[in-house]
Amino acid sequence: MIPLSWYLILSAILFSLGVFGFLLKRNIITIFMSIELMLNAVNLSFVAFANYWNTHPRALPSGDPIVPLSGHVFVFFVMVVAAAEAAVGLAIIISVFRTRETLNVDRVNLLKL
Amino acid sequence: MVHQVLFIVFGLICVAGAINLLVQRHPINSALSLVVVMASLALIYLLLGAEFVAAIQVIVYAGAIMVLFVFVIMLLNAGAEERTRGSRIALFVGVPATVVLAGTVGWLLVHGSARLGGVSIGSSDFGETHAIARLLFRDFLLPFEITSVLILIAIMGAVVLGKREG
Repeated sequence: MIPLSWYLILSAILFSLGVFGFLLKRNIITIFMSIELMLNAVNLSFVAFANYWNTHPRALPSGDPIVPLSGHVFVFFVMVVAAAEAAVGLAIIISVFRTRETLNVDRVNLLKL
Repeated sequence: MVHQVLFIVFGLICVAGAINLLVQRHPINSALSLVVVMASLALIYLLLGAEFVAAIQVIVYAGAIMVLFVFVIMLLNAGAEERTRGSRIALFVGVPATVVLAGTVGWLLVHGSARLGGVSIGSSDFGETHAIARLLFRDFLLPFEITSVLILIAIMGAVVLGKREG
């Protein structure tokens, strides 16, 4: 039996480190990886809560029971969206690099390509 | 007891990998430390009894997405990160705000820990693939189909963006 809060604290730490990377890193690819780290942190709390509601069954205010496995399905959707986001984001990075010849976000300060 | 020890070990590996991601200046080193974070998160998912999620974490995240990242880093021949000033607002407002937010959440979690209770593994049929599949293809059928459309749009967008002009 592990306290749920341990998982949530680990998730919060990973999310904060992702935010730090997003704020402090200057390389556009590393910034993108920090976003992936934040998504992973949120996935961890989804899975932890799925297990938690499985061991502590409870009903919603509407009377319907909570379906614990929904947490796993949400993680699946987050991963699908992250994959789509990675494909489009990296394509944008490649096309920015072609015109600017740099990956430093301080040199990419115009919205146009 | 074993469960707790394994959680602490993999949690520490996770945090170490995430810190290494921030410290390294070369993006390929950051990408590899992100793979470490994802692999140890997959093991934490296994401890939580989420076998399917652990498997797709390794296959989709550590496999597909990170291969895409490493491929782009190598394609663009990305060197070490330049040291530029960056945004002053991000440094002097964003970082303290994140510290305050994380500290508040951590404090609340530490103090509410007893009321929250704990997680446990042992219910054998929880997190198995067939139960998730039943949920995914029955209750979540419409979102599932919409994500397939999203993937299709993302593929087309990536092709259009990646195509060399002219």
